Amino acid sequence: MWQARIYVTPKKGILDPQGSAVSKALGSLGFQQVSEVRVGKYLVVKLEAPGREEAERAVDQMCRRLLANPVIEDYTFEIAEFLGRVNH
Amino acid sequence: MKFGVVVFPGSNCDADCHYVVGDVLGQPVEYIWHESQDLAGVDSLILPGGFSYGDYLRTGAIARFSPVMRAVETFARRGGLVLGICNGFQILLEAGLLPGAMRRNESLHFQCQDTHIRVESVATPFSSRTRVGQVLKIPIAHSDGNYYADEGTLRELEEGGQILFRYCDSQGRVTAAANPNGSVDSIAGITNRQGNVLGMMPHPERAAEAQLGSEDGRLIFESILAYLAGKSV
Repeated sequence: MWQARIYVTPKKGILDPQGSAVSKALGSLGFQQVSEVRVGKYLVVKLEAPGREEAERAVDQMCRRLLANPVIEDYTFEIAEFLGRVNH
Repeated sequence: MKFGVVVFPGSNCDADCHYVVGDVLGQPVEYIWHESQDLAGVDSLILPGGFSYGDYLRTGAIARFSPVMRAVETFARRGGLVLGICNGFQILLEAGLLPGAMRRNESLHFQCQDTHIRVESVATPFSSRTRVGQVLKIPIAHSDGNYYADEGTLRELEEGGQILFRYCDSQGRVTAAANPNGSVDSIAGITNRQGNVLGMMPHPERAAEAQLGSEDGRLIFESILAYLAGKSV
């Protein structure tokens, strides 16, 4: 069993209204050092696969076909063997 | 002329579309369930507004994989008329039947209000009953209507005459203040290159009778009818 942690974020250069609003809110709380916030999604997917390579290939396909919209979003993921306990 | 209104779990403007086609225009119309793979011989399809699959993940992202969408794609590729309204537009984008994507509204608010949109082209099956530059008053109701396409795609849309509607003020001026959601180029509705698939965020079915404050939306349905009638002669 494998566990993928997937991060979906707005592409560079794409206006992110949620990120801008959070950034402004942080500024008004006094966190003047914040220069940018981008809001994305974090997904945890558990899957069966014979090996790491197969698991990575499957997760990559999932991201391309459904989990991220390539027009406006980028994705990255990490894969680890899942040993049966909650692991995130 | 037979119309089909596709119903996804979470569609909520399906009955309004059905009513406008059936009662206001007096045309035969059928609901088509999202699990259906048979379009029942319709001449034109409407993907209505709503929150299909709860808008989970992204608007339209899951509906796009409904069984019915395969039939919708085939219908569209064969030149069938497909009108996607609001969530229907979002589904067409996710399905790749129209280019671009939707972002959260710039205001981060659900915008529910009358808008004015300017007709940019009458050379489509959806706008033959309008005039270029005509201002239509049609309401919007959405959180994710902030249309985005990269510069190359925008140029293609512009050059191909695919930008059908732009948000404007009541005088037809396209200004930042009249853009309710931050859409690039004030885009409110686009067609595919062939012109037989239209996606628009405003709801023409909510503006099809004088009692509802505007009849401008009916022009879009009447244009579809005129096109289909011309084709069947």
